[in-house]
Amino acid sequence: MSNTSDIVNDAAATTGTRRTTLAADASPQSAAEYVRAALKRMRGGDLGPLPIIFGLVLIVIIFQSLNDKFLTPHNFVNLIVQMAGVTAIAYGVVFVLLLGEIDLSVGYVSAVVGVSLVVMLRPGSVDSPTMFVWYTALPIALLIGAAIGILHGLIITTFQVPSFVVTLAGLLAWNGVVLAVIGEGGTLILQDQTILGVANSYLPPEWGWIAAVAVVAWFGIGTYLRTRARRKKGLHTTPISVTVVQVVAFAFVILFAVYVVNQDIVCHTVSDQNVCVQRGVPVVGVILLLLLVSLTFLTERTRFGRYIYAIGGNKEAARRAGIKVERTRVLVFMLSSLLAGVGGVILASRLRSVDTNAGGGQLLLNSIASAVIGGASLFGGRGKISNALLGALVIASVENGMGLLNISDAAQFIVTGLVLLAAVIVDALSRRRLAQSGVA
Amino acid sequence: MAQENSSTQPLLQLKGVSKHFGAVQALSKVDFEAKVGEVMALVGDNGAGKSTLIKGIAGIYSFDEGEIYFDSKLVHIHNPRDSAALGIEVVYQDLALADNLDVVANMFLGRERVRPPFSLDEGSMELSSIETLNSLSVTTLRSVRQTVAGLSGGQRQAVAVAKAVMWNSRLVILDEPTAALGVAQTRQVLDLVRRLADRGLAVVLISHNLHDVFEAADRITVLRLGQNVKVYSAKQTTQQEVVHAITAGTLQSVPGMN
Repeated sequence: MSNTSDIVNDAAATTGTRRTTLAADASPQSAAEYVRAALKRMRGGDLGPLPIIFGLVLIVIIFQSLNDKFLTPHNFVNLIVQMAGVTAIAYGVVFVLLLGEIDLSVGYVSAVVGVSLVVMLRPGSVDSPTMFVWYTALPIALLIGAAIGILHGLIITTFQVPSFVVTLAGLLAWNGVVLAVIGEGGTLILQDQTILGVANSYLPPEWGWIAAVAVVAWFGIGTYLRTRARRKKGLHTTPISVTVVQVVAFAFVILFAVYVVNQDIVCHTVSDQNVCVQRGVPVVGVILLLLLVSLTFLTERTRFGRYIYAIGGNKEAARRAGIKVERTRVLVFMLSSLLAGVGGVILASRLRSVDTNAGGGQLLLNSIASAVIGGASLFGGRGKISNALLGALVIASVENGMGLLNISDAAQFIVTGLVLLAAVIVDALSRRRLAQSGVA
Repeated sequence: MAQENSSTQPLLQLKGVSKHFGAVQALSKVDFEAKVGEVMALVGDNGAGKSTLIKGIAGIYSFDEGEIYFDSKLVHIHNPRDSAALGIEVVYQDLALADNLDVVANMFLGRERVRPPFSLDEGSMELSSIETLNSLSVTTLRSVRQTVAGLSGGQRQAVAVAKAVMWNSRLVILDEPTAALGVAQTRQVLDLVRRLADRGLAVVLISHNLHDVFEAADRITVLRLGQNVKVYSAKQTTQQEVVHAITAGTLQSVPGMN
């Protein structure tokens, strides 16, 4: 009966595995085999995060050789704070790109949320104190962002209009709202200490170490438990030696990063006074990592995330599988605007104010470019939340490095554009390679 | 290979179903049946009404008249959920797989198992996928964790079929499963079709390729211009006879003349 190819079955029978003949057989058993399989995948065009890590190393080498201030703890801390707003927005852009859609409104939606927050926290006079404190104003501001996203999503799905056009309309309209609230040429100062602390406070060094150790332990134990569970079921697992290397490498990166930022003991201007402070892990850095972990969980370990990928890969298949496609799309646009709002809060906190330029300039394009440079596909179905972080790191490094060298905005824009172009070309080439080799 | 099922009651039985779209009579008073453990081929020229018939069974739309019996009970199928609830699964020609997802994710798409509170139970889904594929003797896949984009046409068909049979389905309808395949892969898929029937499912095979039909089917229903021409036993007929029925079979009524 099964005369097609019994080779796999026979092989499994001799190795004595249970009914899992399929997976157990193709899995690499030793570290050497694992590395060989990985190299084979790479030759086939599946480069993973390699190009971007290579690009980052290149950027670091170039800027460090041109200016020795680039690779300093102080600049590293600055870099994290500078990239935080764009990164949060780019997290949301990844969701939209996974669907194969686009959200052009994220820049000004972030501004609307930032402005709403600052307005709600404006100090009142003595006889009429402000009715909001930060813990009521912040959720309300973020809810405004989510509501804007739901509005976009409902318009897109109800009238079946391309998201490009709807969010382009949003770009214009929300820009108008920001201008209307702030007033001509005005600037609104943010004075709430808690919200200011978002982008301007740092964990004490010992807290940074505790957090780092906790993260490493969590990653290590999580990996161990998952591997054990899979092995119990007789499923294919990564060789132990490879897993150990992965955990050690992860631990090294995290601990080294915390070590570096804890070295940043400098005199720094705080509230117009020159005081010496010891900075450490920026609070925004922790926020970015928490968002990264929770959003990665959402996309890769939940039904909702699975449905986003399915819709991005084959909308019709998703519909026939009973997935509520339109509801998922609305929720994704909600997430996009909500995360743009988070970015808006971070930006308002970093700049200590909002003005008529809020949400404009390079913000939108840098957010989308971050996701794309990081490896998220513009055609849907391919990408990870971590892409946004890596891409934002590249863009922020280029801007930061060129800023240190006092290079003009003009040149900065051109270089950022070329980096984006290079990323897209690498993606296109690797995709073509993938199609040719027939493995994915 | 064909089992002797002539005495058993058909699992699915259509009696005198009709369907028209505007002025076009796509189906008129067609009888059709599918039995457990049997591959029933549905053949006919373009426009003979094959697609209309299976879409009616799948619940994409309802028939205008006629009765559907499932397990000898009169049933009403108004939407795809009704037919899925009966255990009817259709594997469409375009397969409806998401290329960017792996085999497991595709097989469980829309019916993922969740471990409370809300994380996907990947291990258990992977085990079930492997079990189903192995039970169908689909052994050409390297791993169930590779994405569908990297699979050959035959492998994709196998995944789509495995997806359909995983849900305790009792009747599987395959729409042109070999249309885009090469010789070796066609062979694999036809073997797979046979195994489905041998597992105790009722199988309906729609195909243009009579060679494939004679290879896999036990009985053959010929449709012509929306009418049931004849049901043949594959063993007791020839390709020539079936071709003749498809192109010039006797009709009960000539369209446009009544």
